[in-house]
Amino acid sequence: MVCSAEVILMVDFMAYPFMQRALVAGLLLSALSGYYGVFLVQRKLSFLGAGLGHAAFGGIALGLLLGIQPLWIALPFTVVVAAGISWVKSHTKLSGDTAIGIFFSVSVALGILFLSLKSGQQVDAFSYLFGSILSVGNTDVWISACLALVGIVTLKTHWAAWAYASFDEEAARIEGLSVRGHDTLLTVLIAITIVLSVKIVGILLVAAWMVIPAAAGRLLAPTFKAMTLSAIAFSAFSAVLGLYLSYLLDLPSGAVIVLVQSALFIFAVVLQRSWSK
Amino acid sequence: MISIHDLSVQVGDKLILKAVDFSLPSNGFMAVLGPNGGGKSTLIRCILKLQEYSGSIELDSEHSSRIGYVPQIKTLDRSFPARADELVATALKRKWPWSMNSECKEIVDDALDKVGAGHLGHQQIRNLSGGELQRVYLARAVIGNPKLLILDEPSAGVDQAGAADLLEIVENYRRSAGAMVIMITHDWEVAFHHATHVLVLKTHQVAFGKADEALTEKAIREAFGHVGHSHGVLSGGHPDG
Repeated sequence: MVCSAEVILMVDFMAYPFMQRALVAGLLLSALSGYYGVFLVQRKLSFLGAGLGHAAFGGIALGLLLGIQPLWIALPFTVVVAAGISWVKSHTKLSGDTAIGIFFSVSVALGILFLSLKSGQQVDAFSYLFGSILSVGNTDVWISACLALVGIVTLKTHWAAWAYASFDEEAARIEGLSVRGHDTLLTVLIAITIVLSVKIVGILLVAAWMVIPAAAGRLLAPTFKAMTLSAIAFSAFSAVLGLYLSYLLDLPSGAVIVLVQSALFIFAVVLQRSWSK
Repeated sequence: MISIHDLSVQVGDKLILKAVDFSLPSNGFMAVLGPNGGGKSTLIRCILKLQEYSGSIELDSEHSSRIGYVPQIKTLDRSFPARADELVATALKRKWPWSMNSECKEIVDDALDKVGAGHLGHQQIRNLSGGELQRVYLARAVIGNPKLLILDEPSAGVDQAGAADLLEIVENYRRSAGAMVIMITHDWEVAFHHATHVLVLKTHQVAFGKADEALTEKAIREAFGHVGHSHGVLSGGHPDG
């Protein structure tokens, strides 16, 4: 009886169009986040996820101020911030985290300024801060599908170069790889993934959404390929289970997804420690 | 043959290398000595085209077509999830391997065998000792049979026996492949008893030539401020004796 009740709930869960959209977009974006997250973790750039998430806040606030769909402003805004971080990192003596910290703060300050200029938009802004599956539209699903296609292509064409540069940037340059070009492409794709993910998990949790599955994968995987595949699997599993639990328990989806990811991470820590004994 | 003329490197207002000038013949073995911050690694980065410089570096086509490089292991991210054979395969694929076919695997295993590391192929690099990782890097460096082999402090973090084994492998490779070797080292034994040429750097070129010509007491004092551990070797004994 309990089992059949759960099946009914699951069918119920799948019956709503908003939930179908959230599930498809969540699955695609979580897989992408796991994939790109391994490079953030391995390059010790976890803070970049937080920085770009907050940069998206500036773009979203500008979209709300201008009365334009926030996604269309947040995407170029975040990509420009990502390019700015890369430029400051490679053309000045400042370290990456300093560059991220500066752009992070400026973007948040701009976001607050834009929201203060447009009264009555605080509710919309809150849905972006904490994520709302109700806000995932058909456009988001289609963009996520296109981005997932790009992700699959880069897995074939760019993963090996990104992995090599993550391990040893100097060796990759000696082999003739255009490390700067590869880095720029990777940063732009991470920025787009973050902006799209903000609708599901929110600005405050988007860095965790990208980093935790990769960190769990790193603890368990013997090779970088295994780390990549396990991060994608952990991330997709967390998104589906998190969305289902959030529906079942009527809790905020972003928070539940990240807590499921955290539970997987704790499991990975325990497993890794038992292996090393 | 490699010929370097009037090589200088300036980063911002800091002069890293000044007017370095030498030629090393094919199958020569040059030990590069000098204090920390003396420009040794910068010289290597210039040869590897990783650093902008003024002056000229001329390498004949045989030596420039493929350069084997063994970096300092202390600068590497040992926590990267990778097996030793994957690391060696990067030299073949020129990127990180997603998978290895049987032909690639055979070449990699052969390269590991040549440096006495055949048993390490499936080990994760985080579990390797300093000496074992240096062997793996050496296998990676020699896999394409390069005519120029560059090593940045290969004995750092390696015990004495391991360092001696590594040096023997490098020497054997140089002789069998007719390769040129450039090695940054703090080991006086290498400079005096293995190298055909010695370059002493302290931003500028303090000395260059055959060991007994370059490693004079005056040159060592100028570079290091004291004779220190080189004294035993200068007087014909063991450096640590």
